[in-house]
Amino acid sequence: MPMTETNAKIWPNEIFQVLNAYSVQQVAYVPDSGHTRLIQLCHSSSEVKTIAVTTEEEGIALLAGAWLGGQRGALLMQSSGAGNCLNMLSLTRTCRLPLLMLVTMRGQWGEFNPWQVPMGQNAEPMLKLAGVITFAVDDDRRVKDTVAAAAQMAFEGPAATAILISQRIIGAKTFGK
Amino acid sequence: MDKDRSKHYALHRRKVVKKLLEKRGEMLVVAGLGAPAWDITAAGDDPLNFPLWGAMGGAVALGLGLALAQPSNRVLVITGDGEMLMGIGSLATVAIQRPENLAIVVLDNEHYGETGMQRTHTAGCVNLAAIAAGNGISVCSTIKDEKDFNAILPQIRNVQGPCFFNIKVRAEALPLVLPPKDGAYLRDRFRMALLGEDAMA
Repeated sequence: MPMTETNAKIWPNEIFQVLNAYSVQQVAYVPDSGHTRLIQLCHSSSEVKTIAVTTEEEGIALLAGAWLGGQRGALLMQSSGAGNCLNMLSLTRTCRLPLLMLVTMRGQWGEFNPWQVPMGQNAEPMLKLAGVITFAVDDDRRVKDTVAAAAQMAFEGPAATAILISQRIIGAKTFGK
Repeated sequence: MDKDRSKHYALHRRKVVKKLLEKRGEMLVVAGLGAPAWDITAAGDDPLNFPLWGAMGGAVALGLGLALAQPSNRVLVITGDGEMLMGIGSLATVAIQRPENLAIVVLDNEHYGETGMQRTHTAGCVNLAAIAAGNGISVCSTIKDEKDFNAILPQIRNVQGPCFFNIKVRAEALPLVLPPKDGAYLRDRFRMALLGEDAMA
């Protein structure tokens, strides 16, 4: 099904609803244009502490601390950030901490910037190697239930999970060309 | 190469940490990997210690997440200069978040102690307290002697944070005092001590 204008606007709101339903209280992020709407929703919420971090691995450690202190978290990033997380994911794995990563993909579908392609192609296998359960989703109608399924496994497990939101959903970036 | 100053610093890390953790009450303590983790253990292992055995560069960020989750508890991060340098961006994030209950202490011996005592950048021109100040952490300083150390002790416990202290300590080889190594055990005992039985629900 072609992506509709309406659907394109709905899925970030749906993710936000799932985060609320699972009582996520800390959201860390390194921005991505695919996450613009979700980041806005998080910043405007009084239920969620929204924390911009300087690198994705900082978010992994931050959310480990949140969990130790009794709060659930989520980490938003783009695929280029997945590699930055790898060593810090040993913290998540060794301490068996919950982790919910929401990764918007670049370098995957109609990408104009070749520098995005290496991590776009390798984010998922790298995360798997680091012990993260991955959920790739390329249909915007499936985003909500996929995030809910991952959150369930993350917080009830605990398990490290990542939802990889396809560039097909977000749309290929063009810089207006 | 500059002369090695670190053999002549007056303060000894184990004594510093022992004093930092004396009558600690409910203070939550995160230690960066290597010597700081051994130091907090030498001062007395405690369920409210979270000593890292890896995750280099993550100590301050972990302390921040904990401080935000537990605003009514004091959180003290004790880490080393090499570990701090690897996660230097986390100081900027701390400055932006301004957690009032977070104190950060770097035990700066100007060396990578676990890997053959190679010099870190702080042995040269790099000033961690100046970096913290540049990020906007208003309470920060470099401590080199006992008098100044005694003066900051109450601040570490009580000042409206975030605060950052870079304590120059002597580079010395000390006996290892190792904390438990199993991360899941460290997690569970910490959460049980802090959150009670609910933590396991």
